[in-house]
Amino acid sequence: MTTPAPTQTLDLAARFPGSVTPDEREGYDGWIVAKEKLISFAQVVRDEFGYDYLSSLTGVDYLPEGKMEVVYHVYKTTGGPGLIFKVQVPRQDPIEVPSLMPVYPGADLQEREAWDLLGIKFIGHPDLRRVLMWEGFEGHPLRKDWQEAFFEEEAKPFKSRWPDGQFTMAEDRTPLGDNVAFPAGFDPKKARFDPETALYESLRQYDKEETGLETDHMLVNMGPHHPSTHGVFRMAVILDGETIVSLKPVMGYLHRNHEKIGERNTFLMNMPYTDRLDYLSSMSNNFGYALTVEKLMGVKPPERAEYIRVIMAELTRIANHVWAIGFLLNDLGAYFTPMLYGVEERELILDIFEAVSGSRMMCNYFRFGGVARDLPEGTLEKIHGIAFDRLPRKIDELERLLAENEIVRTRSIGQGVLSAEDAIRYSAAGPLLRASGIPYDVRRAEPYGIYDRFEFDVAVRYNGDIYDRMMIRFDEVRQSIRIIQQAVKDLPGGPITAMKPVYQVRVPAGEAYGRVEGPKGELGYYVISTGKSTPWRYHIRAPSFINLTAFGPMCTGLKIADVVGVLGSIDIVLGEVDR
Amino acid sequence: MDDMYGKGILKGLGVTLKHFWETYLDDAVWLVRRVTKGERRYLSLEGVAHRSSKDARGIFTVQYPEEKLLIPEEFRYIPFLVYDEGPNGEKTMRCTSCGICSRVCPPQCIWIVRSADPATGRPIPDPFEFQIDADVCMNCGLCAEYCPFDAIKMDHDYEMASTSRTVFNKEQLAKPASYYEAIRPINAAQENAARAAKEAARAAAE
Ligand code: SF4
Ligand code: SF4
Repeated sequence: MTTPAPTQTLDLAARFPGSVTPDEREGYDGWIVAKEKLISFAQVVRDEFGYDYLSSLTGVDYLPEGKMEVVYHVYKTTGGPGLIFKVQVPRQDPIEVPSLMPVYPGADLQEREAWDLLGIKFIGHPDLRRVLMWEGFEGHPLRKDWQEAFFEEEAKPFKSRWPDGQFTMAEDRTPLGDNVAFPAGFDPKKARFDPETALYESLRQYDKEETGLETDHMLVNMGPHHPSTHGVFRMAVILDGETIVSLKPVMGYLHRNHEKIGERNTFLMNMPYTDRLDYLSSMSNNFGYALTVEKLMGVKPPERAEYIRVIMAELTRIANHVWAIGFLLNDLGAYFTPMLYGVEERELILDIFEAVSGSRMMCNYFRFGGVARDLPEGTLEKIHGIAFDRLPRKIDELERLLAENEIVRTRSIGQGVLSAEDAIRYSAAGPLLRASGIPYDVRRAEPYGIYDRFEFDVAVRYNGDIYDRMMIRFDEVRQSIRIIQQAVKDLPGGPITAMKPVYQVRVPAGEAYGRVEGPKGELGYYVISTGKSTPWRYHIRAPSFINLTAFGPMCTGLKIADVVGVLGSIDIVLGEVDR
Repeated sequence: MDDMYGKGILKGLGVTLKHFWETYLDDAVWLVRRVTKGERRYLSLEGVAHRSSKDARGIFTVQYPEEKLLIPEEFRYIPFLVYDEGPNGEKTMRCTSCGICSRVCPPQCIWIVRSADPATGRPIPDPFEFQIDADVCMNCGLCAEYCPFDAIKMDHDYEMASTSRTVFNKEQLAKPASYYEAIRPINAAQENAARAAKEAARAAAE
């Protein structure tokens, strides 16, 4: 498990003569699969070669080449490097690609996202609706020829700021009402939307159990404004009495098309934007993005920066997990006492972030080839103090408060179970996957940064219920403390960045997929550079979003009151779900 | 259930009781400190510092706005423009309207109007106008990080809620170098030394 498997030389081209070819574009990797063979190819890759985990699925619009591409990144849950394969289709509507749902059910939300934002139809997907935009929205915003409201130029920086310099406020430039373009013949005043019918129809597709009783099933919407949904998140559920027979997550209320913004931004400008994904763990978000762009640039941060990065990422994990445990207890009804005990520790960590990066939550601390600045005086002592004196004691105390509490146990043990097989099938990641008995952690499975130097255990629990998902966060916090203790002890001196700080980095053309083990799970970035100042494609594999794939199946059969606990135990952040 | 039912709850209540008790225990400790050293637990810098240290126990709330968290030097909020003060009180903006800050700004909220020399019509360094749309600014600090002239810096003043749109112009953004040195002494000293060294090198070369 801990040693990555040696890279096999897979001769997939010989296996599928004529329909699978290596991707030979400069800076690219993987295989190009003919769409007719996609499903059988995926089956072979999964069943014969053991790539059982679909990490990321996304589309790329190659407008100049007139092609649309779907990119798949698959991994083995036993560890080791991944496999990339792609399908290319002409960029003419309808753009159709077979759905991989039969092989990797974890493709569900990701295929819906690619359909929504890029207009790629996945044939055979049982429920291909929009997921971030609403049903009835015209166009597919991530296509390169789609322009947003207040569009100015294809790429930042905009000339109007400098050298032209005439200050105008966006709302004056294009007053409300004129800032959108409508398709020909469309009158917004007359249009009637029906965004919900498709949702309710798909919700009603469940197996009816014959109980012999005449019961009415009731449709209930929980959210988007509901205290238990951790933000603007909605669950559409069908109830039989109090029991859930069908549940669909509905999201996108916080959607801002982060990826489109990212494709207009220069590489550096994206760094502070990544803070806003999972806004509770901005350091981890920075880490993933920096790693990915560094892969493309071929730079390696100096030792000191690597250590600082690890310390920050692990502090983030602790801050996130105590928060998640606290909120889970809120959801289970222990209103705010455990929550505030967790927040107390988080505050001390945020103080450190503030001293180091200037901000408690929007850290924007990582730079390509290092970090923004060295640790200010006194910070290392502070980190040392909390990692050695305080946190171990406080975590034990928090555990003592919760772990044996009979009410917590009754409400969480055996509830919302996700089996190990399902966790893999649905591409669950992070604590959700590990609480189901799969000891898969990117820090071990494919170490990045300097994680291979530290001694720590991959936390794992086996029941896959709410209780295990709470307890595994305690386990992970303890491992993070161990890592921080080692890193603080070994922290070397020296520079904190490998290159001169420049605001316009040169990123050679090519693609890169970088992933880190974020607090919520595997956080991946897929970046394509064409050698220009802005990325051509900038995609995020958001763990909160993909973990919701398993949410519906996990909740079926539970009482409505327990759904709240299940959601809390997944630990989502809407900034990342909706992007 | 092999154990007495309710034991876990009692154990947990022990933790909350400890928390409760420690608050008053600390009050007593601080009472002694107050008598001996004149230090107070509440409404004082040392009290806030203690509550945000690893030794904090019991209640830890900082009661804003009467109390405020201590701000570290690196804290960043909305940029301002630095000007140097001459011996007779004249102000010289450090900004040369080079445009780097506006080009690096992720949400593109810096607008710079360059001045032109009336005689030649060529651009001159001093900006004619400099506006920051503070409602769009994401406080990322990149402008301050990449300005080559130490002319734009991040402020510490975070209390600027308003009921309308907040757009700052050059006059509103300008703050003296002495203010900058007061809020960021370590950074300012380093930068001053670096600038002095550069000047010296240039003088030596000439
Ligand atoms: S503030 Fe600095 S970066 Fe911005 S225009 Fe002035 S000198 Fe250039
Ligand atoms: S802090 Fe960031 S967002 Fe604000 S003006 Fe500077 S560069 Fe722009």
